Amino acid sequence: MNPFHYSKPASVQDAVHLAGPASRFIAGGTNLLDLMKENLTRPEHLIDITGLPLHDVRETASGGVMIGALVSNADLAWHPLIEQRYPLLSQAILAGASPQLRNMASTGGNLLQRTRCYYFYDASVPCNKREPGSGCPARTGLNRIHAILGASAQCVATHPSDMCVALAALEAVVHVQGRNGARTIEFADFHRLPGDAPERDNQLAEDELILAIELPAAGFAEHSHYLKIRDRASYAFALVSVAAALDITGSIIRQARLVLGGVAHKPWRDGTVESGLVGKAASRETFSAAADALLQNAEPLEHNAFKVTLARRAIIRALSNAAQGGHV
Amino acid sequence: MNATLPDAAPPSFARHSLAMKINGQPYRLEILPWTTLLDVLREQLDLIGTKKGCDHGQCGACTVLRDGKRVNACLTLAVMCEGAELTTIEGLASGDELHPMQQAFIKHDAFQCGYCTPGQICSAVGLANEGRAQTAADIQELMSGNLCRCGAYSNIRDAIEEALPACHPRNAQGDGQ
Repeated sequence: MNPFHYSKPASVQDAVHLAGPASRFIAGGTNLLDLMKENLTRPEHLIDITGLPLHDVRETASGGVMIGALVSNADLAWHPLIEQRYPLLSQAILAGASPQLRNMASTGGNLLQRTRCYYFYDASVPCNKREPGSGCPARTGLNRIHAILGASAQCVATHPSDMCVALAALEAVVHVQGRNGARTIEFADFHRLPGDAPERDNQLAEDELILAIELPAAGFAEHSHYLKIRDRASYAFALVSVAAALDITGSIIRQARLVLGGVAHKPWRDGTVESGLVGKAASRETFSAAADALLQNAEPLEHNAFKVTLARRAIIRALSNAAQGGHV
Repeated sequence: MNATLPDAAPPSFARHSLAMKINGQPYRLEILPWTTLLDVLREQLDLIGTKKGCDHGQCGACTVLRDGKRVNACLTLAVMCEGAELTTIEGLASGDELHPMQQAFIKHDAFQCGYCTPGQICSAVGLANEGRAQTAADIQELMSGNLCRCGAYSNIRDAIEEALPACHPRNAQGDGQ
């Protein structure tokens, strides 16, 4: 790890004023310190935000839940409000990382973790995300784990988070603050597709700090399911994951959310596919058509064509499980 | 106790003074900000029971309890541990009386080379504190952050299953004693 200065501000105001191009905020540190040990990022100054008052999970006046950015992944997954009203989020969090890492990692930090693309993680090779303009060895290299949707000529990396797939499905809102004030960002807009600026994972400005994640009232607790497919039974990143949430009356779908993880630079969602499910019977035929629609623009690389088939089957299974109550 | 890391601080980088409790004993440390908790424990305080495996949070050999919760010491900056109560494998026994989890690991032969064992046991005590594991399958899933390259997994699972009732769940703030 490179030498760096360390400070621990006592207020959000102080924290955002300390932020600069060579600084990073640190909370759980589970991804940032790993990146620093690999020499992939060399901040001159770490701003420890763990002393800020962002540790609460509370109900909002509109019936939703406000989650402080510093709530640990474990505390969030096992919080009674989340387990009971947003089981999709609990399932997604518990599908990710290890118990130790979930105890350390923060809610805000989970949104900001970097891709686990092998080439991004190897400082000795080019990578457009790490060094803009240097090239993308993944596009023609070992790309089994890479994107099948929304990639660009410059970058085929995927976003590694499970939590974010569920937050996208629940239409969470990200509350941030910078030197010029506070703003909110819809979850769908928070992360970016790589385009020609793959070095930017999300829309945050360098002085902006995530304060909280807000969940709207609709938690789809009756009919939701998070399905994660990976190379081993536990503690591995998703090859494909699916967050499925349905609102069903009788056997007719009234509202649907369908988001894929492990396949793109951000949680992959298509509003047209979701609205296409509305008014249909919750049947295998319906789910199969939705899977085809969501994957119709998939562009697999040399080694990851299997992800298209895998994603198709995972979508059908996740929606079927959600329709049956999600506890399958 | 006082401890100072031997490495030289580059000019203009300040050491930070912090207090923490390790295995019930108060420490005051003067450390450089880029020092991990794992390196402080092993290199500075000679608490070498906690092991360095991958040093990247993937193997769990460095697992310790921070305020009763299991964490990877290799991905923890010591400077961020001001006021923390830490328990390492050295702090689990009471005098000559082993912790029930340590007893169970011996009884079930839950190790071969032993390198991952301190992390496995601290992780298992953390699992007990969480109070979430109801079945052998739960134990298996909730121990996934600890790798054992000798493959003693089935015995580790059996040991934890037997010891769990004797380990009372505690909600943080515990020192593991």
